[in-house]
Amino acid sequence: MDVDRDVFYDASDASTMMQFYKRLFPYKSIYTWLNHQHAPQKLFTHREFAFNLPGDVIIRYISFNTMEDMKKEVIRMNPTRFEIGPICTIRPKDRKTRPGALKPLQRELVFDIDMTDYDEIRTCCSGKGICRRCWGFIAAAVKVMDNVLRSNFGYKHILWVYSGRRGIHCWISDEEAMGLTDEQRKSVLGWLEVIKGGKDMTKKVNVRFAGGPLHPSLSNAVESLRGTFPKLILDDQKCFDSKEQTDTLLDLLGDKDIALKLRKRWLKRPRSSSEKWSDIKDEVVSQAQELGKKPADAPLYKAVEDIVLQYTYPRMDSEVSKHRNHLLKSPFCVHPGTGRVCVPVDPENVENFDPERVPTVDQLLKELDAVGTKDVAMSEDGTPQHAGSDWEKTSLKPYVDILDAHVRGLMEISRLKRRQNGGDASLEY
Amino acid sequence: MFNATSRPIVETKPTSRYPYRLNFYDKPPLEDITLDEFELFAIDRLRVLSEIESCHIRNRQPEDTKKTIGDQCKKYLPLAPGSGGIDTDEERRKDHIGHFVLRLAFCQSDDLRRRFVKAESELFRYRYGTDITSDREGFLKFQEFGWTMVQVNQFDDRDTLKKELKGLNANATSWFQVKWTQVPNLVERRRVILRDGWAFVPEKEQSSIIFQEFERRLEAALEETARAIQRFDEDTRLMPILKHLGEGFQSGMSVASEYTAAEGGDAVTADMIDDMAAKHWPMCMRTLHDNLRKDHHLKHFGRQQYGLFLKVVGLSIEEAIMFWRKAFRGRIADDKFNKEYKYNIRHSFGLEGKRTNYPAYTCQRIITQNQPGPQDCHGCPYRHYSPDRLQTALLATYGAQGLKLSDLPEIMNAVKHDHFHVACTKVYEVTHGLPSGTGLDGESVTHPNQYAAKSREMEQGKDGGAVKSEDAMDTTS
Repeated sequence: MDVDRDVFYDASDASTMMQFYKRLFPYKSIYTWLNHQHAPQKLFTHREFAFNLPGDVIIRYISFNTMEDMKKEVIRMNPTRFEIGPICTIRPKDRKTRPGALKPLQRELVFDIDMTDYDEIRTCCSGKGICRRCWGFIAAAVKVMDNVLRSNFGYKHILWVYSGRRGIHCWISDEEAMGLTDEQRKSVLGWLEVIKGGKDMTKKVNVRFAGGPLHPSLSNAVESLRGTFPKLILDDQKCFDSKEQTDTLLDLLGDKDIALKLRKRWLKRPRSSSEKWSDIKDEVVSQAQELGKKPADAPLYKAVEDIVLQYTYPRMDSEVSKHRNHLLKSPFCVHPGTGRVCVPVDPENVENFDPERVPTVDQLLKELDAVGTKDVAMSEDGTPQHAGSDWEKTSLKPYVDILDAHVRGLMEISRLKRRQNGGDASLEY
Repeated sequence: MFNATSRPIVETKPTSRYPYRLNFYDKPPLEDITLDEFELFAIDRLRVLSEIESCHIRNRQPEDTKKTIGDQCKKYLPLAPGSGGIDTDEERRKDHIGHFVLRLAFCQSDDLRRRFVKAESELFRYRYGTDITSDREGFLKFQEFGWTMVQVNQFDDRDTLKKELKGLNANATSWFQVKWTQVPNLVERRRVILRDGWAFVPEKEQSSIIFQEFERRLEAALEETARAIQRFDEDTRLMPILKHLGEGFQSGMSVASEYTAAEGGDAVTADMIDDMAAKHWPMCMRTLHDNLRKDHHLKHFGRQQYGLFLKVVGLSIEEAIMFWRKAFRGRIADDKFNKEYKYNIRHSFGLEGKRTNYPAYTCQRIITQNQPGPQDCHGCPYRHYSPDRLQTALLATYGAQGLKLSDLPEIMNAVKHDHFHVACTKVYEVTHGLPSGTGLDGESVTHPNQYAAKSREMEQGKDGGAVKSEDAMDTTS
């Protein structure tokens, strides 16, 4: 079959999305990821979904009894994208029959990291833009967060998902994480959050008790970010090249005399970002010698640690994480603006991920056209028989495989738990 | 809950029904009590709790709060340390029964439950701190906290955990190991070491674990009570009392926490706002206003903070929509405005969604909640600006109203010691030509609307506002 080279499958076009939902969306993977086993349980049936329809309309409180049910509804409503909410006391779609009874109970612990929060420090793009180079910030953030969530909180079932444009989402499905109260979620945020203060606050890192040493978990983070900092901030982004950014940097040193000295020197002879940074490091050493202390005990050393944090520590949108009933876009939805699919990201390999090479709906449908599976077999009630199984033939496959591997871990835990509880625990989570 | 069986409550020490002064209130009283006692014990306890809550709202120093609790307790709810007193048992019985009656009264809504838990836990802390050490230890022995004690020395030198424990607190040799979910407050403030979901708490923070456990259990019990009370097949004796107690808690405690517009004040229209902002707004609202004019937009919490403030200033719903519509012009299309922003404005007036007429944010709320993110301009400038930036901004904003360079040291000193409301009050004094220490009729700033209202009152006073309003009445009659 000839492929029409001029066709462009536009993600904002309803017929494109219809084809995507009929042929490519991996329902089974999403279903088992949410449900932790094959037979539907409350984790799925009492879960709130919300559909985004064209014209910024959001329909909330949707719920499904089975995976088939979900498939049918998604294809029937053909949303531009859809979001996943909490598991509730009752099926969200029944809320009108039992007024006041709908309350969120459980929910994956989620995080949202977005490039907009980095606008003041990134130099390559701004606003909606994202490129390979800004992704360096996201990669650094993912490394730190993934490590803290595993080693501090002991979480094991962590899924990272590209948000389709300029950010990344994190979903944690461990049983304890699912059951956290809003209060406890807020505490996790408190533990993780370092960058605070509005745009009129120059120094956004204030995490020391009475100017003392960093908390050990933050020292660990600084240790690991020290490797990223020169490459990302100095060589690639050149964060301290411009005059304004230099002013910020000197302000952050917190020592007016040293700042003045460096400013004068840099005015005389222009220095690059990494040269400025090495000048600062020299100052740390000479300050330590003056005070007869080890470099690590010099006040300027603390300022340097704080600067590393301010420029490379994860910046997250905390409101998303604090409340169980916050909605978050489902993995494998298509971002309407970019046409890119929200694909899972392997945290081990996050620095090699290129947002500009993520498969788009246009590319995937063309791949399908090329292998010549244009028609979908229809069953009697008009829905496609094997909806969403064509992804195997496209470049979406490696990404679905990441999710499926993640799901196998969840299913195994669920199976062990059912066996422990004597087999009939499938009724209750 | 209050049926006629009268068994001893604690079996461990049959000589006394209440062997300890501290009480986790895990067993309800199972005895006959008179209706009078039922009400009296509850009201006396309520007086103490109300006073505790008002200390919080007024941001009193911990020592002052402690003294207030002590005084109130002595008056209404004496509970002496030690077991020797003649009234020991009677005092403890009153404490026990009063607590359980109030649970019934305050279990019904999320808000009441939260406030009740907060006040009760403060009371428990006070008693914990004033108890005799041996009694306290005896009491703790009978409670299950799910902790294990670990010693730093038991870990190998190569274990990174040992390094981290020493890094957090080099002097602590004994640590409590608990699930982190039991000590969320300590986790939030990074006062522990976390490893695989376990929190390691230095021994001196033991009380924190106990207080959090107290709160956790009380919260759970209140939710259970809320469910049970729906099946509470009660006659007309108790319900009126409980309802009355609930109302007392609401009104007695919310006086200082909310600020509502004086009724019958002059109507405020959208086009008056620029002028009023320049003359009467506190720094936080000036910042939001100026940013709104500059960017033709505010982010969510900025709109929330400023919108509710304007509502209480007296902007009607129609005027508010007009104000925001004009402010966003050039940046947000009509269609988008109607779809995305109008709903939120109407929502804050209680015309959409769950139809709550939301109060404007207090200083306390602005300072402590919804911390501004990197691109936000809401919050309290005294709290959220860098010192340098704050000084420049203060001079730029209030220079025209008489704020001079020489006023800054005093303001910045207050900021440095986290007395943000003192700094704000000082700015009010300077810009209104008041002698130092006068404040807002002797009070310090606790609410942006109070600042604005007092400032407008002063202006009207100068213009002979009192006379003017009489004139106005004459003409209408």
